[in-house]
Amino acid sequence: MKKLLNTVNWLVLCGSTLLVVLILGVILWDIFSKGFSSISLGFITSYPTNGMTQGGIFPAIIGTVLLTFITTLFAVPFGVACAVYLNEYAKPSLLTNIIRASIRNLAGIPSIIYGLFGLALFVQALQLGTSILSAGLTLGLLSLPYIITTTEEALKRIPNSLREATLALGVTQFETIKDVVLPKALPGILTGVILTLSRAAGETAPILFTGVAFYINGISASASQEFMALPYHLYMLSTQHNEIEQVRPLAYGTATILILLVFTLNSVAFYVRFKNRTQD
Amino acid sequence: MNTIKLRAENLNLSFGKKQILKNINIEFQENQVTSLIGPSGCGKSTLLRSFNRMHDLSPDAKIDGNLYLDDLDLYAKKNSVTDIRKRIGMVFQKPNPLPKSIYENLSYALHIHNYPKQEIPDLIEKALKESFLWDEVKDELKKPAVKLSGGQQQRLCIARTVVLRPEVILMDEPCSALDPISTKKIEDLILRLKKDFTIIIVTHNMQQAQRISDKVAFMYLGELIEYDTCHTIFNNPKNELTQHYIGGHFG
Amino acid sequence: MDASRREQIDRLNKFLFKSTGLLTITLLGGIFLMLFSNSVLFFLDVSPVDFFTGSQWDPDTKYSFLPLLVSTFLVAVGSMIIAVPLGIFTAAYLSELAPRKVQMILKPIIEMLAAIPSVAIGFLGIVLVGPGLASIFGIQNGLNALNGAILLAVMALPTIVTISEDAINAVPKSHREASLALGANQWETLFRVTIPAASPGLIAAVMLGLGRALGETMTVLMATGNAAAIPEGFLDSVRTITATIAIEMGEVPYQTTHYYALFAIAAFLFLITLVVNFTGEYFANRLRKFHS
Repeated sequence: MKKLLNTVNWLVLCGSTLLVVLILGVILWDIFSKGFSSISLGFITSYPTNGMTQGGIFPAIIGTVLLTFITTLFAVPFGVACAVYLNEYAKPSLLTNIIRASIRNLAGIPSIIYGLFGLALFVQALQLGTSILSAGLTLGLLSLPYIITTTEEALKRIPNSLREATLALGVTQFETIKDVVLPKALPGILTGVILTLSRAAGETAPILFTGVAFYINGISASASQEFMALPYHLYMLSTQHNEIEQVRPLAYGTATILILLVFTLNSVAFYVRFKNRTQD
Repeated sequence: MNTIKLRAENLNLSFGKKQILKNINIEFQENQVTSLIGPSGCGKSTLLRSFNRMHDLSPDAKIDGNLYLDDLDLYAKKNSVTDIRKRIGMVFQKPNPLPKSIYENLSYALHIHNYPKQEIPDLIEKALKESFLWDEVKDELKKPAVKLSGGQQQRLCIARTVVLRPEVILMDEPCSALDPISTKKIEDLILRLKKDFTIIIVTHNMQQAQRISDKVAFMYLGELIEYDTCHTIFNNPKNELTQHYIGGHFG
Repeated sequence: MDASRREQIDRLNKFLFKSTGLLTITLLGGIFLMLFSNSVLFFLDVSPVDFFTGSQWDPDTKYSFLPLLVSTFLVAVGSMIIAVPLGIFTAAYLSELAPRKVQMILKPIIEMLAAIPSVAIGFLGIVLVGPGLASIFGIQNGLNALNGAILLAVMALPTIVTISEDAINAVPKSHREASLALGANQWETLFRVTIPAASPGLIAAVMLGLGRALGETMTVLMATGNAAAIPEGFLDSVRTITATIAIEMGEVPYQTTHYYALFAIAAFLFLITLVVNFTGEYFANRLRKFHS
């Protein structure tokens, strides 16, 4: 009896784990097996045609890349600076506690609420309109808490003895941070930043009302234009299109490209982390 | 008689509610090696670190009293802390080379303090020679400093301090992480450096204190118990606590 | 540069760094203020009684929050019913049974699962899970609460597995050894000693997973059918708070009652996720204190 029970226990634990693996397997198999056949050079480099039923996703790829670029430009300097403040300067105080609580809180806010905030702040109050700039800034705000947290983790791993080494030479704290602490923490910071950006690239809800468009007929270099993005393109193709059967292969192709993009960014992040760990 | 280089007057220091240093009055003479000895937790490292203001970054450290380098009030608001730290260098317990090349470990602070570019290579060579490291590293100055052995790293850290020509060098148990051969090299180095610098060293090693010190200060539970020449402390200590400690009864 | 100039730069930078810290407070305050002020404007137009009663969210006539709230919780709680046992068992396997090599393979797999964008999971809800449910239950289409719950479970799994595993790993070895020494076998030790000892961490895992499920937009928007009525079961089509905002915000004219209404429901979502996340945080801290 006891033996039977043990076997059942074993089966439950192993079975659960297998199921989790199976879920990932099914997701990737379903999308990739149907998606790869839609992907060709033309799919990646051409515009959608015939009311989206043919052609490629070129503007959506470019849109996602540019959008992520704007997000980076905004979120990384602020996020890293805030992490530096918390780890290098801030003393235990009420203010520090409030800042930390705010960051934890911000990380838990649903992404659609960031979308509303972006709409109210960037699109309306700051008059940036529905544009790639508004959307990028909105995603930047969403990414901020993650960048702060991962950067602070990376800074924590730098031993204090390194900071003392330069301070004792009459180097100021800022020079120490700039010349010693940040360079040494760079791989760790980079890992966190790339992982955060890969999340941002796959986000849809925050850009819904801040600038994403179903179709644009030319890529403009202007940050005040609306834009196409891979996740939104996938959403529209799979829910809002009348010719469901005709566009489904395109949707699979888009999903494949999106997942490949995100996995590539993740692999780069893990490579940087791995490289850094083996060096130490 | 030597001139007094560094001194503390009525120094009290506490971390939060815990008082670490109690009314310390001490003077260090120029071009001498002074050892601070005493059992763990007696405050000797804390005293050492207060001279180049390394406690500035501890939010709960509270310092009362006066510390002077010559006539410079070390904690006066108007005096620059970076300038003070340049004049009072420090070597730490564990070697802490910067994650840069051997050469850059020395050139970094020189650049920061605006030494003329053309003088830097000579200054570095001189400091490495003074630190008995030049012959071992002269062909591989571009090598990352962390690739050096522990003893070499510590001599590099000393060279990094020496290259700025400070007036005082503080050393916080510089040999405790090293093997006997490296320790011997560093002791030789200390004896040679005292011609040019005033050296204060914290050590747990009684033999080491005896070998290198001109004067020795014994501290216990945050107080300065006895301060005298090396010979007197080790051969004829006046205080009973000192006698016990020297005799190896605690610590 | 002389020393005083360098120290001036040092102080200036300290100030700049500090101001970015203050930015995070401002950001949170800004989000709160936006939600709060628009909610006030909404409740000037619509009475709270009407808002909290009724069974239809129909912006032309009536703003009844209840169906959205029930939908949101139905899907999120449903997802936890699926994800919690699966996640905790997987975490237990990872930390107690799995050989090192298997761990090395499983961890990246779980991180990969976490990396898949929500819109791609939602897409699978339409093309894979939906038709599957339709044929199993013999219904017209499979876009319903169950579909959403399954997808959200998949999305919450990585969070639950990772935090639960940390919690189980944090249980001191001595606890387990004591139990084994008393003659309990590996399983009795796991279920009676290790998992109870890790329970604050497990609660934290569930809460943070729930927080994520409550706030997720794209998957539920795509997979749950979006009918704004109070659902009677898991096979009914539902419409969550997040999906409602996503669907309607694109079309409402700015500064109308309808516009304010969407901020008002967002404000409630904000409060709900806040409470759930802080509960999770509280238990996570308890675990940390307990073991350090």
